[in-house]
Amino acid sequence: MTPTIRPGKLLFLQALVAVALIGFWHVGSTIPIGGVYLMPKFFFSTPLDVAARVWKMFAGGEVWRHLGITLLEAVLSFVIGSIGGIVFGFWFARKPLVSAVFGPYLQIVNALPRVVLAPIFMLWFGLGIWSKVALGVTLVFFIVFFNVYQGVREVNQTVLANARMLGMNERQLLRHVYWPSAMSWMFSSLHTSVGFAIIGAVVGEYLGSAAGLGYLIQQAEGVLDVTGVFAGMVILAVFVLVIDWLVTLAERRLLVWRPAPATTH
Amino acid sequence: MTAATTLPSNAPAPERQSSAAPAVELAGVSVQFPMPSGDVYTAVAEADLTVGSAEFVAIVGPTGCGKSTLLNVAAGLLAPARGRVAIDGRPLQGLNRLAGYLFQQDAVMPWKTARENVALGLEVAGTPKKEARETADAWLTRVGLKTFGDRYPHQLSGGQRKRVGLAQVLVRNPRILLMDEPFGPLDAQTRQIMGTLLLDLWAADRKAVLFVTHDLEEAIALADRVVIMSAGPAARIIGDWTVDLPRPRDAAEVRLLPRFHELHKAIWGQLRAEVVKTYGEGTP
Repeated sequence: MTPTIRPGKLLFLQALVAVALIGFWHVGSTIPIGGVYLMPKFFFSTPLDVAARVWKMFAGGEVWRHLGITLLEAVLSFVIGSIGGIVFGFWFARKPLVSAVFGPYLQIVNALPRVVLAPIFMLWFGLGIWSKVALGVTLVFFIVFFNVYQGVREVNQTVLANARMLGMNERQLLRHVYWPSAMSWMFSSLHTSVGFAIIGAVVGEYLGSAAGLGYLIQQAEGVLDVTGVFAGMVILAVFVLVIDWLVTLAERRLLVWRPAPATTH
Repeated sequence: MTAATTLPSNAPAPERQSSAAPAVELAGVSVQFPMPSGDVYTAVAEADLTVGSAEFVAIVGPTGCGKSTLLNVAAGLLAPARGRVAIDGRPLQGLNRLAGYLFQQDAVMPWKTARENVALGLEVAGTPKKEARETADAWLTRVGLKTFGDRYPHQLSGGQRKRVGLAQVLVRNPRILLMDEPFGPLDAQTRQIMGTLLLDLWAADRKAVLFVTHDLEEAIALADRVVIMSAGPAARIIGDWTVDLPRPRDAAEVRLLPRFHELHKAIWGQLRAEVVKTYGEGTP
């Protein structure tokens, strides 16, 4: 039983949190209290400086190239990882022997923190976009793989029996029953897998590259330019929010047949 | 139909319907399931059952007696451990291609609209999409869902989903209709409305119907014959009653006839003992 909140009031309260946080940051970094700055500029920069830097980066136009590269890496990671996850997910779910033999090895690879693979990918694929794509793929692949595997395995047995009684052959079952079931599981994890595609790209850039948002942040950090680091973070956060919003739109279209969840937020 | 030649020579030839083989014939059918402990659980033992080509037969029995199991055998979804299954006089191998099956639970595809669900059975059989959709619309109209074609199953009520399921099965025009407590989850009024709808649709072309239910009143109201199964395990068929109520019937109004009450009293006398058995195990 959650009491309903008026949208206007909610928006006001949400804005209040932002104003309070940024206000605290501003005061702490620009107004000395008893001769001491609560949040020294050197470590925290100031909200106004960060805003000015973001504005400058966009006005200069250079940031668009970096955004574009990060986006390209994330999209490639997502597409390649998803295709791999779907193919292997179906294959493993439909062939118990394959899944029994390779299962432990997949668990081992999945248990590995993927960041440790980044240096190896850099050796293999160089400092360009493909080492970042490879890192993203290893992250996206497992999420999609496990969801598709689960979706195929957990297909509703009554629906399956009904489809068979309606005269479907194996190929038709795959298309009309297994595929939609697997897709519904995959789409429900869309936010996570898209998020991981971006993480793969940014972390890869951070560890070694010549372009991208992760590169911008890493460069600023290298010269102790805290304002630059914060500006990069702000741009990255907005970038992720926009992508997430696009995913929500796609989800609404693709899962139109699903009942709306009882509690949504 | 050369039914007799496909029968083993020592099996008794079907004599009741001399003109045509029964639509469904189960002879000495036993169904067993392996248990986790390694034992074998016998669900149904030595069941004999025939459904004539235009006959409406209802199977009634206490819960868990294996009624649905028997239906799954007739559908070819389950292979019996022993016994013979013949459809239209031919031994059944694999799935029963002549049968449509209406399940107890929701079985329509949740990711397809009502129209797509109904058209599906035709499309997989090779009917062009446009034609399949038009036929689907005609069937949706017949089950009273004319304006609901674009709705997804979750946007329909339980009774409406059952209607979609019924149309999905009937659109393929199966010779045999297998129904597993199809109206079980519905409320009492909706059940009677669905019963009447089913009888109206059935009257048009008189398919062979095998209808499983735990509701004796529903069985008498709909069927030509009511078959009683004993309590499980190793459930047997212990009664076979002919329902001589006039047709066409209304599934609700037929319950007011005196003959309905006589039949109900007589059959319930037999069924009651079996129902008591299922619940009375702990209290001798």
